[in-house]
Amino acid sequence: MGGRDTNIVLLDENGIRSDGRKVNETRKVTIKAGVLKNANGSAYIEFGDNKILVGVYGPRDVHPKHMSDTSTGILRCRYHMTPFSVGDRKNPAPSRREIEISKVIKEALLPAVILKGFPRTAVDVYMEVLQADGGTRCAALTGASVALADAGIPMRDLVAGCAAGKAADTVILDVNNEEDQAGQADLPIGYMPNLEKITLLQLDGLLTPEEYKECLEIGIDGCKQVYEIQKKALQEKYFSTGDDKNG
Amino acid sequence: MASSVIIDSLKKAHILELLADGKRLDGRSLEQTRELSIDVGVIPKAEGSARVRLGDTEVVAGVKVKPEKPFPDTGDQGMLICTAEILPIAHPTAETGPPTPDVVELARVTDRGIRESKMLDMKQLVLEKDKSVIGVFCDNAVTDHDGNLFDVCSYATTAALISCKLPKYEMQDDLPVKIENETIDPPITTIPISVTMARIGDNILVDPNMDEWSCLDARITITTNSDGNVVALQKGGPGGFTYDQLIKCAEISIQVGSKIREIMKEATKGSN
Repeated sequence: MGGRDTNIVLLDENGIRSDGRKVNETRKVTIKAGVLKNANGSAYIEFGDNKILVGVYGPRDVHPKHMSDTSTGILRCRYHMTPFSVGDRKNPAPSRREIEISKVIKEALLPAVILKGFPRTAVDVYMEVLQADGGTRCAALTGASVALADAGIPMRDLVAGCAAGKAADTVILDVNNEEDQAGQADLPIGYMPNLEKITLLQLDGLLTPEEYKECLEIGIDGCKQVYEIQKKALQEKYFSTGDDKNG
Repeated sequence: MASSVIIDSLKKAHILELLADGKRLDGRSLEQTRELSIDVGVIPKAEGSARVRLGDTEVVAGVKVKPEKPFPDTGDQGMLICTAEILPIAHPTAETGPPTPDVVELARVTDRGIRESKMLDMKQLVLEKDKSVIGVFCDNAVTDHDGNLFDVCSYATTAALISCKLPKYEMQDDLPVKIENETIDPPITTIPISVTMARIGDNILVDPNMDEWSCLDARITITTNSDGNVVALQKGGPGGFTYDQLIKCAEISIQVGSKIREIMKEATKGSN
């Protein structure tokens, strides 16, 4: 964890967190599917103060060609933060952190997508973080699942993302930026609720074996809550009653 | 790196066949690591060093030390940076050039395990708050690659750090000056040990070699500290884990980790 000393009270005597949440409460999550005209599928997600736009292109021709696979379609993911998404301007070139996050998100989505039917093609997932406030990889993963479904990519399940962690010696759900910087542990989780499979898991910070178990349980529960919002976003686009003429 | 190695489909079928009976190609049990050897002090010019060989995977790690200006938000802490690279001598698929995502992940996971364990007490590496701190750089060079680079880089880094001798610095006229012929022992608080496991079907295999690595469904690297707590974790690979598998993996990591920690202590004994 960051190990930074701050004056913020992460958890007050009533068990309320710095942003007013209870320990087992997620931030407010809103997702809208199909927000971009050109992309084959897209989603906009607000996860607390995180704002992320995801566009999916494909299945389409692979460039460079040598990356293509004759037996299956391939998945490519890019997680990227815009320079204005954080306090100090971020260099727009991909950092090592972004390269790693792109990789873990790709490996979190791979168990969900079925690309066997699209040999020699690629599905490209572009996640653009417009504003970051802790937990962007989970939010980006959540949005990416919705965008893939919106693009009509065959999927076994949606992957929902939510982090668990520890701050002020207490296990908490959905770690925000302050809690990430000054807290004790951050355990981002990607989960497919229907298949009961964890497809993204990382940890930094110290957890006892009991806390690890507790974090996994509370995190999976958070993912299930996010999953309902993902499904709702897709239902709103594809099964709305026709009130929305653009829908 | 490993994922780009195309495994002979016959060999893969054989691995899966053996696993159905709980056996592995090289005769190990599922929770058995390959033979581990750790030598410290192999590079005398480095402030600390180690050569670690786990089966046929080998890494040489070296520690270099230099005073640095601290990051603005952590002026009361020293600096620790771990890197890793796969040398082109290590494997036919290893190439020169900018690091691939696999290598970036390797370096970051190695760094995270050491950093999050708080193995070095960074508060003791401050020369003058907000002005100058000791920077500790541990660079890993993979020289032979037969799978599971995560653990070998982690062990090499840990051994190199435990056995290192930090040069002594003093502030003179606002500048850090090295005191010749004087060293201090590194402020070690705990010994982090990472254990990487592969899931192939419903089997969890500890320390997968290259053949097993090439046909794994998912993998997980869990780092524990001397108290048996989990300090860092990374899931990878194209598949997922169930909740029960993750609980089991943590238990395995604590058990196997404590055995490796004893080997680590023995190998670094007397070096500090």
